[in-house]
Amino acid sequence: MDTTAQTDHDPALTGEGADKAQALVYPRIDCKDVSVFYSGKQAVFDVSLPVYDRSVTALIGPSGCGKSTFLRCLNRMNDTIDGAKVTGEIFMDGENINSPEVDPVLLRSRVGMVFQKPNPFPKSIYDNIAYGPRIHGLVEDRQELDAIVEKSLRRAGLWQEVKDRLAQPGTSLSGGQQQRLCIARAIAVRPEVILMDEPCSSLDPIATARIEELIDELRKRYCIVIVTHSMQQAARVSQRTAFFHLGHLVEMGDTDQIFTSPRERRTEDYITGRFG
Amino acid sequence: MNNPPETSLQSEKALKRLRRRRAADTRFRMYGLAALGFALFSLVFLISAIAWKASGAVTYHVVKTDIVLTPERIAPDGNASPEEITRNIEGFYTLVRDDLFARFPNAGDSLPVRQDFSALVDRLAVLPLARRVARHPSLIGQSVTVQVPVSDDVDLFLKRSSPRSIPFRIGAGAQISPGQGGGMVLTQPDLDSVRATLTALGEHDGVPSVFVTSQGAVARLSDLGDEAASFELLAGDVADFGGTPLKGLIVTVPESRRTISDLQIAWALALRSEGVIRRVPHTSLLTRTDSTYPELAGSLAAIVGSLLTMLVTGMVAIPMGIFAAIFLEEFAPKNRLTQLIEVNINNLAAVPSIVFGLLGATLLLGTFGLPRSAPLVGGLVLALLILPVVIIAARAALRAVPPSIRSGALAVGASRMQAVFHHVLPLAFPGMLTGAILGMARALGETAPLLLIGMVAFVAEVPSSTTDEATALPVLIYSWASNAERAWEPMTAAVIVILLALLVIMNVIVVMLRRKFERRW
Repeated sequence: MDTTAQTDHDPALTGEGADKAQALVYPRIDCKDVSVFYSGKQAVFDVSLPVYDRSVTALIGPSGCGKSTFLRCLNRMNDTIDGAKVTGEIFMDGENINSPEVDPVLLRSRVGMVFQKPNPFPKSIYDNIAYGPRIHGLVEDRQELDAIVEKSLRRAGLWQEVKDRLAQPGTSLSGGQQQRLCIARAIAVRPEVILMDEPCSSLDPIATARIEELIDELRKRYCIVIVTHSMQQAARVSQRTAFFHLGHLVEMGDTDQIFTSPRERRTEDYITGRFG
Repeated sequence: MNNPPETSLQSEKALKRLRRRRAADTRFRMYGLAALGFALFSLVFLISAIAWKASGAVTYHVVKTDIVLTPERIAPDGNASPEEITRNIEGFYTLVRDDLFARFPNAGDSLPVRQDFSALVDRLAVLPLARRVARHPSLIGQSVTVQVPVSDDVDLFLKRSSPRSIPFRIGAGAQISPGQGGGMVLTQPDLDSVRATLTALGEHDGVPSVFVTSQGAVARLSDLGDEAASFELLAGDVADFGGTPLKGLIVTVPESRRTISDLQIAWALALRSEGVIRRVPHTSLLTRTDSTYPELAGSLAAIVGSLLTMLVTGMVAIPMGIFAAIFLEEFAPKNRLTQLIEVNINNLAAVPSIVFGLLGATLLLGTFGLPRSAPLVGGLVLALLILPVVIIAARAALRAVPPSIRSGALAVGASRMQAVFHHVLPLAFPGMLTGAILGMARALGETAPLLLIGMVAFVAEVPSSTTDEATALPVLIYSWASNAERAWEPMTAAVIVILLALLVIMNVIVVMLRRKFERRW
């Protein structure tokens, strides 16, 4: 896959070049020496990684390399796992989100997440989207809620397909639609960052292409971090790529650079398919 | 060209292995079917045995007659207050008995005969009538239709269940003529079958009694000759034997070895043929309370007692069990303490139920001084008993909810409690409910703990609150089953059927609720 060609045609990178330059200078999230332990066993080793706004950062690496675990640090989902411990500092808008003063519930409304397997609530499509805004008190009345639901579904590219059946259960949709519903659900609480944990791994190629288009679209508004097993996907959708191996951050840089001239031997071996 | 080499799939060894595997498959299926068949057979056998027994209690015999409520008998002192009327059961009883006795002018009026006759209907049987009159004093002096159950001995005899009786036919050629001493003689009666039966039965403390009846008249065989059989008249007139064909009945047990006398049998048969004694649905089994007389006993107090107990049990065990399960499964940290609690909950589920009864007796009755025999105490003890079951079922239901639902809720910024109460609980609810109602079904059938806290008491009043004296259905079954009289047997079976019906209703509710609330994801 020719990655340069794709980035050249991307209006976000060419047309809004100035914005992008600015964003790249100040990382939206800045991780310093993040380590994760599961019941005393270390899974992530001293990862320092900046994540830039209005761009897609891809985390790649072989299975069990700690990329998903690291992703879950960014919205403190590791808190929900018994025996998990996170050390190091993760700054978001200058605030360390790992500090005890930060309420993980509030943090998660700012950092949305989409999971590997589509997990819509077994409720109606409407309620799936409306749940977040409701519990956060983002809306005053029904009209506002309707507006948020429509906007979120539109942004997730699902509105045309479901606008006539909002009352049907979210679980009645196809796999790709369900995943877009989950993205819409994440968008509905107006997050700043969206984390995606292998969002396409359970989808067929057509649904995958649809999600990738969507990610590219969402990049204009959000800071996106995506974990993926597919190097082609990383190359297609991301601007920055970080390569993890055995819990260590081996290399990170612009996606073009990682895929064309990696500095590290291990990165090159992985990208060329020698392991992983 | 050579034949292709025999592949390993076609070799003799492989085929043999395949045959063995198939045979093992078939064997396993057969074992399964056999086990299933045995279970099904046992169930059908059990249910039909109980239903067969209980069928004897579906109907019973009552005396239905019109009597005039003469004020002299009902309120001899002129005091017609409700208390006085209810207390004067003897007066009502005499009215009913005399009305019946008047139908047998030939019976004589000696004391033994009167006592014998009185045993047809128990005194307490007129209590409902007395209460009715106490409520409506205007009935005094009026003629009313009364319906009172006959005593259990008469009822069982008329149902042909005890003592056993065998009907026989009398040939049309038999000639009836009056015999000496007011008796009756049958000539050419063709009674070979009766003779054969009597010979087969033999003599044990006396001979079996043989009766012939026609309309309201009943006569007992006194001498069976070759040409003629002479009968002694017990009820009615010789003239009554004229018109209709005779019916015969051999009561296989000699009079000295049964609780119902030949005279009583004669009266009962005569009253039945006149339509005074009739068979009616045994509704009093559901509408009356316990009694020492089987024909007067009902299970209403026990049904209400059971329902009140279940109310307490459900209100304590279901919320407590479900919230305990939610806490343990969703919120509690996994450490030594919670592990200890978990092990203990699992062990508690295996503790014999009588131990919970002891706990209730010492703690609830002894230390806290709660009332004995009360549904409140029974309900609390049963709640403790089923709590582990409810908790275990509820935890299993919670565990069956995929973790992705929790993650999804947490990821949009729901708090842990919101994730549990908005998303996990609705999905786990059908499973929790199933566990809870199965636990309740277990509690409904428990006897042992209730015995220890005194819910085995004889309860003649329907309990109206959870602190009243009460008993429960399984305890009622236990106490009725230990009674000596034969009449309790079908009654006990009938109460078992009531209990089973309640259990079936509970299970149907479970299935319906599951259908209603079940959601797929």
